Amino acid sequence: MTNDWARARLHVVTGKGGTGKTTVASALALALASRPGRVLLSEVEGRQGISQTFDVPPLGTDETRILRLGSGGEVIGLSVEPKAALLEYLQLFYKLGRAGRLLEKFGAIDFATTIAPGVRDVLLIGKIYEANRRRRDGRHKGDGPLAYDALVLDAPPTGRIGRFLSVNSEVADLAKMGPIHSQAGAITQLLESDRTVVHLVTLLEEMPVQETLESIAELTAKGLHPGAIIVNMVRAPLLDDAALEQARAGRLHKPSLRTQLTEAGVTVTAALVDGLVAETRDHALRVDLERDQLALLEATGLPIVTLPALPQGVDSGSVHELAGLLVDQGMLP
Amino acid sequence: MTQTRATSHQPPQLDVDALLADPTTEIVVCCGSGGVGKTTTAAALGIRAAESGRRVVVLTIDPARRLAQSLGLSELDNTPRPVTGIDTTAGGSLHAMMLDMKRTFDEVVIAHSEPGKADQILANPFYQAVSSSFAGTQEYMAMEKLGQLKASAGTPEAPWDLIIVDTPPSRSALDFLDAPNRLGSFLDGRFIRLLTAPAKAGGRAGLKVFGLGVQVVTSTMTKILGGQMLSDVQTFVNALDTMFGGFRERADETYRLLSEDGTSFLVVAAPERDALREASFFVERLEADGMPLAGLVVNRLGRVSAPGLSPSKSLAMAESLEEGNGPRSATTAAGVLRLHADLVRTAERQRDLADRFSRAHPGIPVVHVPALGRDVHDLESLREVAASLAGT
Repeated sequence: MTNDWARARLHVVTGKGGTGKTTVASALALALASRPGRVLLSEVEGRQGISQTFDVPPLGTDETRILRLGSGGEVIGLSVEPKAALLEYLQLFYKLGRAGRLLEKFGAIDFATTIAPGVRDVLLIGKIYEANRRRRDGRHKGDGPLAYDALVLDAPPTGRIGRFLSVNSEVADLAKMGPIHSQAGAITQLLESDRTVVHLVTLLEEMPVQETLESIAELTAKGLHPGAIIVNMVRAPLLDDAALEQARAGRLHKPSLRTQLTEAGVTVTAALVDGLVAETRDHALRVDLERDQLALLEATGLPIVTLPALPQGVDSGSVHELAGLLVDQGMLP
Repeated sequence: MTQTRATSHQPPQLDVDALLADPTTEIVVCCGSGGVGKTTTAAALGIRAAESGRRVVVLTIDPARRLAQSLGLSELDNTPRPVTGIDTTAGGSLHAMMLDMKRTFDEVVIAHSEPGKADQILANPFYQAVSSSFAGTQEYMAMEKLGQLKASAGTPEAPWDLIIVDTPPSRSALDFLDAPNRLGSFLDGRFIRLLTAPAKAGGRAGLKVFGLGVQVVTSTMTKILGGQMLSDVQTFVNALDTMFGGFRERADETYRLLSEDGTSFLVVAAPERDALREASFFVERLEADGMPLAGLVVNRLGRVSAPGLSPSKSLAMAESLEEGNGPRSATTAAGVLRLHADLVRTAERQRDLADRFSRAHPGIPVVHVPALGRDVHDLESLREVAASLAGT
């Protein structure tokens, strides 16, 4: 696979709920760290998905190291929270002090982070924007080395990603001038540049694929850059095409199945054989559906990366395995 | 482990048919985290209730296109439409609608304010942003719509006696309960009073109420937001304030509707760790708030058609068949056995997760709905889902 996000620093990972977005984002962060690099892995919905994936204590609003690789690479975790981001932002740009506390006391902070349109999302992305610009010395200017070599964002799901990433241009329209306006403009610039790429995680099922396709169209229309489609939880076919063909038509040869099972030492009943044939037929139909869905994804022309289903579920060990598969398939810029 | 699990803590079976048949059941709310099949569940329940004689309306929030089409919903027009293809011999009927959150909000504005004022609000940029993109508006408007459907129930144009509600695809199932109150309390909150006070109480008098801090706050807000945005906010809030006479009251009222006897919550979850954790949070919250919980739907469990053959035995046999260098039928049989082992293992893992939920929440009725071999997007497959929901 060749990819066209060679200049990307910010990797946004989205996908329909239940597709394994957090797992993929975690694996991607690990892959990027293996180069080696210092990678910030953030979540913005307070779900603590990252800490569960890596089996570490819950993440807070301070950037905390999740793991260090033998190669020297590091993954730093962060759970971005709008209120903390706003107070930090106000402190950074306005040196508010007492006024900041007053704003909090009067409910202005709550107002801004929950009611004011889009402000919550602006703050969440704004924090990522800030981390992206930050130098190792903590400053945001100069030409010192950057604090992070790459950033991975476990973003909101496909249903909300377009709005989430374009919220800055909305806010820029709403606040026609002032610091929020210019901040929103700068963030939009980063998101629409080739430093930012949006990867989409999907399963080979109808609804997630449909949402992925809609999302790609939406992102493209908004001037954002879709990156890879990561097809998650793929099961290797257990039967060859000829057998699938038979199974689909319900023509799996029962006598020979019975013979083989008997030879292998099973007490074969008619119900068992029928049950197995039914299971195999379901499987064949599922494989058909998956192939149709894959064809739809391929038609987008975007690079496709596949990750296997992990029968035992995801743990911190399997994230390493998935990271290796991402590297093998050319996911790194 | 398998044996102890199967015998020790069986949750009561959720009786969906009894719930739907009970004439005192007036509202069923399907909630759960995103992607667990809430909309499908709501639609399937609607069909089942209608075909057993209830007059039903299903309020969907954000249905997949093909599911919407299966209900005959081709456009998002914010009005319940009769669903055709339903068996009405038992005297029931089915309407369905998709929520248009912006239009619902607009309608509220138009219904509750004088014509000139309504236009002013609708044109306010702050209103436009809040009504179309504020996180929480969807939940609030879903409740608003639910209230409207309830209020109109029983008229010739709105013949329903049972409302089935799908909830917005929020991050968390709790958002559905929290968002309206949050919106209400903020619009009635201290900060809003601060913003509106100078206008209402006439400049300085308003300031006195809050003391000196006000000046600092308003000037800081002006500095950050820009004066024009702040004045848009003030216009918006003032307009809403006179219109609603207390947003909070309205939110409280809708919330009360949900805790009434006629309402039942169905928590929907996929047999996965995250979805079941969300379900736990939600169940605890419903209990804490005294909300009527009907039970848990564990959706899309793996299906095993050949029970009795253990995965370890299947795999051992598959291996010996593969080693045997036998005919092609041996390879196929090995594949069939591996597939079976896979299915059983998945189903066992899912059942474990579901059991873990029931251990933590004993006494909550549960129904397990097996996965269909195909995606659900016609009435026939919805009926099949409904039959599984009813445990038949």
